[in-house]
Formats: sequence, structure tokens, C-alpha cells
Amino acid sequence: MVTTPATATTIKPVIGYVHSIETFGSVDGPGIRYVAFLQGCRMRCEFCHNPDTWNIGTGDEVTSDEILDDAIRYRAFWGKQGGITCSGGESLLQIDFLIDLFTKAKAEGINTCLDTCGQPFTYKQPWFDKFKRLMAVTDVSLVDIKQIDTDRHKRLTGFNNETVLSMIQYMSENGHHMWIRHVLVPERTDYDENLKELGEYVSKLHNVDKVEVLPYHTMGVVKYETLGIDYPLKGIEPPTHDRVVNAENYLHVNDYQGYRQFPFS
Amino acid sequence: MKQMEKKATPSYWDGFVAGDWQNSINVRDFINKNLVQYNGDDTFLAGPTAATTTLNDEVLALKKKEREVGGVLDADNNVVSTVTSHKPGYIEKDLETIVGLQTDKPLKRAFMPFGGIRMAEDALEAYGFKVDPEQHKIFTEDRKTHNQGVFDVYTPDMRKARHYKIITGLPDAYARGRLIPDLPRIAIYGIDRLMKAKAHDFENIGDGELTNDVIQLREEVQEQYRALVEMKKMAESYGFDISRPAENAQEAIQWIYFGYLASVKTQNGAAMSVGRIDTTIEAYINRDLKRGTITEDQAQEFIDHLVMKLRMVRFIRTTEYNSLFSGDPIWATLSLGGSGMDGKHHITKTAFRFLKTLDNMGAAPEPNITLLWSDKLPEGFKRYATQVSINSSTIQYENDEMLKEQWGTDYYGIACCVSAQPIATGMQFFGARANLAKTILYTINGGVDEIGKAQVGPAYAPISSEYIDYDEFMKKLDPMMGWLADIYVNSLNAIHYMHDKYYYEAEQMALKDTNLDRTFATGISGFSHAVDSISAIKYGHVKVIRDESGLAVDFKADNDDYPRYGNNDDRADQIGVWLIQHFYEMMNKHHLYRGAKLSTSVLTITSNVVYGKNTGTTPNGRKAGEPFSPGANPAYGAEKNGALASLLSTAKLPYEFATDGISNTFGVTPNTLGHDDEARKDTLVNMVDGYMENEGMHLNINVFNRETLIDAQKHPEEYPTLTVRVSGYCVYFADLTKEQQDDVISRTYFETM
Ligand code: SF4
Repeated sequence: MVTTPATATTIKPVIGYVHSIETFGSVDGPGIRYVAFLQGCRMRCEFCHNPDTWNIGTGDEVTSDEILDDAIRYRAFWGKQGGITCSGGESLLQIDFLIDLFTKAKAEGINTCLDTCGQPFTYKQPWFDKFKRLMAVTDVSLVDIKQIDTDRHKRLTGFNNETVLSMIQYMSENGHHMWIRHVLVPERTDYDENLKELGEYVSKLHNVDKVEVLPYHTMGVVKYETLGIDYPLKGIEPPTHDRVVNAENYLHVNDYQGYRQFPFS
Repeated sequence: MKQMEKKATPSYWDGFVAGDWQNSINVRDFINKNLVQYNGDDTFLAGPTAATTTLNDEVLALKKKEREVGGVLDADNNVVSTVTSHKPGYIEKDLETIVGLQTDKPLKRAFMPFGGIRMAEDALEAYGFKVDPEQHKIFTEDRKTHNQGVFDVYTPDMRKARHYKIITGLPDAYARGRLIPDLPRIAIYGIDRLMKAKAHDFENIGDGELTNDVIQLREEVQEQYRALVEMKKMAESYGFDISRPAENAQEAIQWIYFGYLASVKTQNGAAMSVGRIDTTIEAYINRDLKRGTITEDQAQEFIDHLVMKLRMVRFIRTTEYNSLFSGDPIWATLSLGGSGMDGKHHITKTAFRFLKTLDNMGAAPEPNITLLWSDKLPEGFKRYATQVSINSSTIQYENDEMLKEQWGTDYYGIACCVSAQPIATGMQFFGARANLAKTILYTINGGVDEIGKAQVGPAYAPISSEYIDYDEFMKKLDPMMGWLADIYVNSLNAIHYMHDKYYYEAEQMALKDTNLDRTFATGISGFSHAVDSISAIKYGHVKVIRDESGLAVDFKADNDDYPRYGNNDDRADQIGVWLIQHFYEMMNKHHLYRGAKLSTSVLTITSNVVYGKNTGTTPNGRKAGEPFSPGANPAYGAEKNGALASLLSTAKLPYEFATDGISNTFGVTPNTLGHDDEARKDTLVNMVDGYMENEGMHLNINVFNRETLIDAQKHPEEYPTLTVRVSGYCVYFADLTKEQQDDVISRTYFETM
């Protein structure tokens, strides 16, 4: 299920396109993590605070060895739980690079975390086989469900939510660990009926180790200004503390404590 | 004063494990034999007693008043402060379990003219007091001070370097401080035994030739002996007999505090450290608890009351001094934890109790709590400590394993803000800082000061081309650094000679070994800007913009993407490593007073603001007058790869040269550490562990939202105890100047989006 390292060195290295590196990621998976933000995303979430990661094919060209060598310098900070996270943008757009990097990371005994919104997911071949290979070297995935209502999802992101939900379904049925995350945006996702439905949906899944409500914030506005893009959520304020608690209740966040046991092997 | 009933026959050492410490003065051996480790969590801790709360409220009210009247409640102008100059002072005598004040009234400042009468007078005048004319006469006409001694011998070049602030903060008008008295000695042995030991030492110095060194030491030991006599008298005035060892925990803490009190009554050093007392106190508390003579509530009360006293120590300073070191710091640095040479951790319940004081009496900058951190410390303590950091940002962390290795002992303490010192066997000569960022500008401008426009350094040929050539620059930097090293070290030689002569620290030295290892502390300011400037010149193709007189006043890098210190990028970081080592070696070529061993530091305390103010625009793009980054922190905005990359850049700096300390002040928002307290504690524990494993030396941790600080600046009354850690110490945010507050607010705060 894993390519043999012997041949790996003779193959032309897979190139990844990286937007930026965060050496001190402590909210991007378990423990302190080295986070590579990969360049490129097809979604256009209205609340996206990283619109500078959207363009596909730009970013710094790197090999997995370069990323791994750099990451390993921070190993002393990782404790038992920390490791490497690939985020984005949409990291799954660079699945070949992810497989390459995570395979090598696992060989070094480093745990791996995939942060994705699932948009590129498909059962079509050869993509689906690659996805299976990636899952074999991924310890936990952070998956965003942006809206459980597919129409509102479409309005919010430009895509309906069937793709991401089918990926989650697959992960749930195949023993892949997940953290489910939900960005709470007033007038977009903060509706009791949606939150309730989302809570029920998640409760039927397997291997969900953690559920997080992430309150929408306006720190991304500056980036829109620099990029000269109109800010789609102009006038929408971050949710109140009460609304955050309300969402957490609907999503039963306290019921998901599996993350404390991480890493599992 | 509340006191326990005395036992009929005191046998001071009953119940302690015997050892060498009984035959010679050896606190370290006492600690190792009588270590009471604790591996649990914080649930055993007791809250404040009613007495503690009453006393603390009174002290807080006094502090509020002090701030309202502009900083000083009351000050002596005619009684020269000595160990016994004042009659006993109390907050509320009947409620205090640990007693003793610097003067006869709480927060009343003492008159300390021995460092320099002008400084003492200016300080009094700054707060509307006037020195007694008689005292003025005595200290200008009859009795010479340290300050006058130094200025008698300074060369014109030294005065100039000082005036134009290429060297700043020199202890030439106040006490040099930074000595750690071995305070537990008083508790374990009593003063009489210590006097006997000093008398014995005295007999053994000077059997041979009476050289200058021997004469000096003989005189000093005599002074130490007299200081011990004075300490007994002071204790007696409070109703205690410290000629004998302490009988119980309350006495042990009281005895220790009397020793500290003797220091702060006589010396107004920039740093007046408490040292390392937690494990000794634990031995006494543990013995009393076992005997059933005290309860946990009482044990906590003793510690609370000791800490309350440490929070009340005050010196009166000039406005100039205060702009360097804001918020009335005295660096009553208290080192906790650590581990033994044998690998055993030294976490006791008393280490927890000291941290608990922040909870029981609110956050406060003093004592300057310093955790000697090792991966060997038990998890329960690590998590409690990081919780305190998250709640109050009042702790600094230092690398115990590295310090033990460097100093060859586990019985060291932190002497000021950051620097370590063997408590029984070592001392240091404190020496402030030289400005290396300014030195870069002197190199470019041929020794002409860019602000004062005067020839301060040697008139070497300036750089005259439009673009700075790296090789030419480096060739010129070398002699300029050599000049600075020369003038700096020799100024310090003058200072320490005179300090020993006119302001000798007999009270602190009396509580140390007679034959000491001395270090000669120097320091570097403007570090990150010097490094980035050199990197800009090397990689960025820097153009010089000159004023009409030809002086370089601005710079422009054609390639602004040059490597900067703070990104774990060796191209820049190795410049920093080289700079420290090279400057060290240049200073080390010189004669060092009393055979001291040279050390240097990269720490600036709050003085980074003033140093920056006095330094022109640097080639790395920092504008004239803008603050330096504090200590060894990277320049503002230089960090591109996140906090850990930044920390690892600092961790690369060679501690074996900068043994006086390499300080990093780390600011982070709570949400960056994690979404809940458990996650935040995990993150901090892993972060500190990782930093220390990578040989980082020192870490200040501030956990705040920038908005909190902005709000606190607008509404100081709502945040009276908001405490922030600045390079090497802690300060009430409200006590900082507006400029320093702005500096703290604008500093890099690592945050996630
Ligand atoms: S999926 Fe992520 S990167 Fe893409 S638009 Fe949405 S928030 Fe932005």
C-alpha cells in the first residue's frame, strides 16, 4: 500500500506549491504542529480569510523532502501529539504531493494531519485510489462542513455540499479519524434549524474525535483590500458569545473527546 | 505579631537528615539531604487567610495612593539608610506573620547616597522632596561617593561614549546590584555561626604578603563581619534573636527575610535578587507539618506574607532611570524549581505555594518569579505553572539543564532579570550594555554620532560610496567594534573598582563564601537590528541616503527580501552568532577587574525603548528613534515563519559566550495557544520543553489579546494589576510610560487567524 522508498529516490520529485509555513500551529490539529498552507482553492467561501491562497499554480515550489527537513527542525516542540499538518487553500488539490510528503513523514514516525474542505473528492479513478493511499498515511483529518443545507452551502461557497459529505461518509465508514469543524457566520450558517440538522448528521458518523465551532472573525478583511477584491461579508459582525455557545450545544461538542487519546498507535 | 508557642528546649536540627552541612556552611548539601519532592498537582493549596486579605487590601490601597500622588508616597531626606537606621516598621503588626520593612513606614523610600549624592538628590527632587542641607554637605564635601570616584578617573573618551549613549545604563551613580545572598544560611546556621566562619576565613587571608588584593579582601571580610552584627541588631529591634538557627518554618522564613531586608536597606542595586529559597523553606514547613505544629493554611500564610513584603520593596529613582527601567522594578528575582546534579527534580510544595501567592493576593510584578525549567520537572507542576502564565503572564522560564552545565552547580540562582550566578561561590560585576546597532552607524559614518553629530568614536574613514560594499563594511566594522570593546570594558573596570571602594556590598557578601568566582558582565543592545543591518548590507544591496553634511541618515535595500534574524534561517542567524562571539573576544582581550571572567548578554529590559530613541535609522529599515526589539528578540515584523522559527533563531545564539543571558520575550494571544485552557497548557508545556531542548536559555511568556492592552492603555483604572513581562522582568502595565506601552502593544504578538 506504500511505495517503496528504494524506487522513490529515482523518480522525479513531486513538486508542491506552498503559500506559507506556520511553525507554531496549535489550533490546526492535535498538539503543536508544523503547518504547510498549500496554494490553490476552487471554492470561494464568503468568509474565507485566506483569499491569497486561491490562485492555482502559484506559490513557492517545494519538494516533500524540503518540507520534511524543515519541519523536523521543530520536532522538539511537538511532544506526543504534535506533528505535520497540510492545510490550504484546498490541500487535496495537490494529492500527489500530500501522498509523497505524508508517506515520508510516517516513515520518520511523524504523525500527519490533513486539513481539507473536501471539494476535490471524487470516486473517479485514478483519483480515488490516490485518496485511499493518502488516507493510509493520514492520522487525522480536519474537515470543514460549511453548511448542512446544500443551497445555503452553495450560496456561501459556490459549490453544493454533496461532495464533502460523501467524503465524510467514506471516512466514517473506513475507520479514518476526523475532527469536524464548522465556522459560525451570522446570516450564513448561524440558523438553529441548520445547526440542529448538522448536529444530528455528525452524531451518526463514526471516528469523529472532536467537533469545533469556529466563530467567524474579520481579520481577513485586510487581505481582501490588498488584493482589491470586494469583501462579501461587509457589515457582518462576529457572532456573540451566546450564539457560539448555542451552536456548541446543537453540535454536542462536549460529546466528542476522542482527540485526547491521540495518537492512537 | 502572631507567633507560635515555643518549645522548651530548642534543638534546631532535629528531624533533618544529617550531612556535611552540619560541619561547614553548605546550604547546597542541606538541600540535597533534605529535599522533599512533590509530584502531585495543585489541589492541596490553601487560599488566603483573613489576615492575608486584610493586609493585602491595605497594601493595594497604599499602592493605589502611591500611583495617584505620582509615584512616591513618602521619602527620607536626612536619615542615611543602614541596616539599623530605622526603627521597626509594620503594616498591621498583629496580623503579620513575617515582619520587617525597609524604613519605618510602608512604601516610604530610604535615602541612599553612597552610590552618588547627585542621583539621590535628583531622585528626591523629581518627586517634590528636598535633601537635608546637612546631608548635602556631608556627601559633597566630607564623604566621597561611588559616583564621584568613577568620574574622578573616567577618561574624556569614556565620558563622551557615555554622553552620546553608545554605552548606556552604566552603574556609575547607583548600586550595581545583581548579587544573590545565600539567605538560607541564616535560617540553617544562625548569625553567630556565620560570624565564626568569617572570623576563621579572616585569620587565613594574609599569612603571606600583604598585596593589594590581600589587603582589600581582609578589609572586606571585616566589613562583612560587622554587617552580620548589624543584622542581629536589626532583628532584635523586631524582637527576634537570629544569632541562633531557626526553630521552625515561620522563623526560617523570617530569618531569610531579615537577610534580604539587610540587603535592600543598604543597596539600591538595579537588581536585588532573593535567590533560591524554596527547597530550604520546604524542609522546615514539611517538618512542622509532620510535627503537627502548623497547618497548610498557616504554611501558605507565611509564604503569602513573605511575598507581600517582597512586593513592597522600593527605591527612589531619577526620571532618567525610570525611563530606562519602568514601573519601579527592583528585580527581587525568586528562582523556583530546577533539578539537582543527581538528576532529581527540586519541585516541592513550596514552589507551588509561591505560585499560589499570585492567586491569593493578585498578580504583581515582584518578586520576579523565575522557573528553572527542566524536562525532569513533574507534569503536575509544569501544568500549574503554565496555567499561572496563562492567567497572569507573570512567569519567566530558564533552562535549568543548560545553566547547571555552564555553572557547574545546581545551587545557582537568577541574579537579576535573566543572568545566573552560583549562590554560595559566585558573584558578578554588573555592566549594562553597549549599543551595537549604533556601532554599525559609527562604522558607516566614520565614528561620527548620527544624532549628536559629534566625533565620538575614532575618526576612521567613513563609507563614501552610494551603495555599501559588504567587504569594505566588514573591514571597517572590525576596528570600530574593537574601539567600543576597549572603552566599554575599561569604563567598567573603573566602575567596579570604585564600587568596591565606596559602596561595597558587605551585607550581601557576608552571606556568601569569602573566596568567590567573579564574572564581568557586559551586554549588547540593538542586537537584532545590528544583525539584520549586516544581512541587508550583505544580501540586500543597500543604498545610503546622506544629509547635506554627508552623514548617512537613511538607507534603502534594493532587494528587500534579504534574510532576517528570526526565521530560523542560518544566513541571518549565523551573523548573530558571529557578532556575539566576536564582540566577546574583543572585550576579552582587555584587563578585567579582579581577575573576573568575562560574560556578555543579549537582554535589554525596557531600555530597548530608550536605546532606540537615541539611535538613528539603521540599514535594516528601522527608523531613527524607533524602539529596538527587546533582548534577543527579532526585529518587529521580521518574522515570517511563525513563533517557533523565531524561537529557534534565538536558541542558536551561543550561551557559552553570552553566559549573562539571552532573553526572549514571547507574546501570544490565548486563542493562538488553543481553544480551551487544557489545550493552552499543553501547548505551553510543549513549547517551553521544545525551546529548552533546543538550548534556548530564557523565555518570558505573555498571554494577552492586543485589544486587552489597548483597552488597558485607555482605561488604566480598570486594569490596576494587569501585569506584563518585558525583557527579564514583570511590570504593571499601568506603570509603563506611554511610549513603552505603545512598544509593548506593537510588539509581535503571535496570533492565528
Ligand atoms: S475552502 Fe478554505 S481556502 Fe477555499 S475558499 Fe473556502 S475557506 Fe478559503
